[in-house]
Amino acid sequence: MNEYTISILFGVIAGTLARIYMFRTDYRQYPTYPHGMIIHLALGFIAASLGSLVVPSIMEQEFTAVTFLTLAASQFREVRNMERKTLTEMDSLELVPRGASYIEGIAVTFEGRNYLVIFISFVTSFAYLAINLWAGLVAALLAFLVARKYMTGSKLGKIAIIEQKEVTFDGAGLYVDNIYIMNIGIPARQQEILQHGLGFTISPKNFDARMTIGNLGQRQAILHDLAISLGVYRDSGTPALVPLIKRDLDDGRIGVFILPQNKNVDLAMKVISQVPTLENAIRMPTETKEKGSDES
Amino acid sequence: MKIEKAILATVTRSVAKAPVGANIFVCDSEEEMDGVAADLEAILDGIAHKLSNGVYIIVKH
Repeated sequence: MNEYTISILFGVIAGTLARIYMFRTDYRQYPTYPHGMIIHLALGFIAASLGSLVVPSIMEQEFTAVTFLTLAASQFREVRNMERKTLTEMDSLELVPRGASYIEGIAVTFEGRNYLVIFISFVTSFAYLAINLWAGLVAALLAFLVARKYMTGSKLGKIAIIEQKEVTFDGAGLYVDNIYIMNIGIPARQQEILQHGLGFTISPKNFDARMTIGNLGQRQAILHDLAISLGVYRDSGTPALVPLIKRDLDDGRIGVFILPQNKNVDLAMKVISQVPTLENAIRMPTETKEKGSDES
Repeated sequence: MKIEKAILATVTRSVAKAPVGANIFVCDSEEEMDGVAADLEAILDGIAHKLSNGVYIIVKH
């Protein structure tokens, strides 16, 4: 035991606990339990160790030791690649796929959370060494709150209004409200769709949101989350029963059409409003305008 | 180039209205057309679309 042992242990424990807290195995069932979980716990532990080693190495004037952080960066980028690869391969076997943007979002989250763990461990061990144990505890708590703020993104309910609308047929055309979805020819199929189908419109609250919900990856994420929570009335080889989202070109509303197994409208509305807005889908066209007018 | 959509079969009551190049199923009545289209949809894993002139096409998406 030397003077740094306790601080390093303290940082490692704080970081690992934070990583455990960040696991939210919910309706997405990801990371898979138990082995996917173990992999990420181990990686979280490694991240915590790296974070808590930074301060002691600086205090010992071993400045080159800090370069191991670059190693950590490449290590965790590898985590992102691993997650992306696994999820992409699994995606082709889903009845309603996640889509590339949702997968990228999940993969980025896994990488980002490891950096949050490094940050928490670093702050904790720093406060411990610079002040005392209690300062370390307070720092751990503060870092944890900061991490929690950056851990969760925005939800769809914040940027858009969700309404239930009727599913109707005009000839062979299937409509949700006035948004054309697809052409279904066979009358029996049409009856099936009218009986089981649910329709929603999602109206953007502002111009930025219009771009975001128009993103194809974001739309696929909505369908995937809906299908997971409500079940889906389809099988492989029934493309006529695929849930779809189409856009109203005039006002940017999107029409969601889905055939759920559990036709629960309230739950569906709740699920849609809880869909994460994907980092990759967020666009801020209004920001450009403001900057442009400043310069001219 | 990857072809994303293709007409696999056509169900119609008049050969003159069918597209050239697809497999054409000629039927005598609307009911028969509905039935044949439903069968083909299931077999070919496509969607039976109805055109405004009443012809069914089975499309692979």
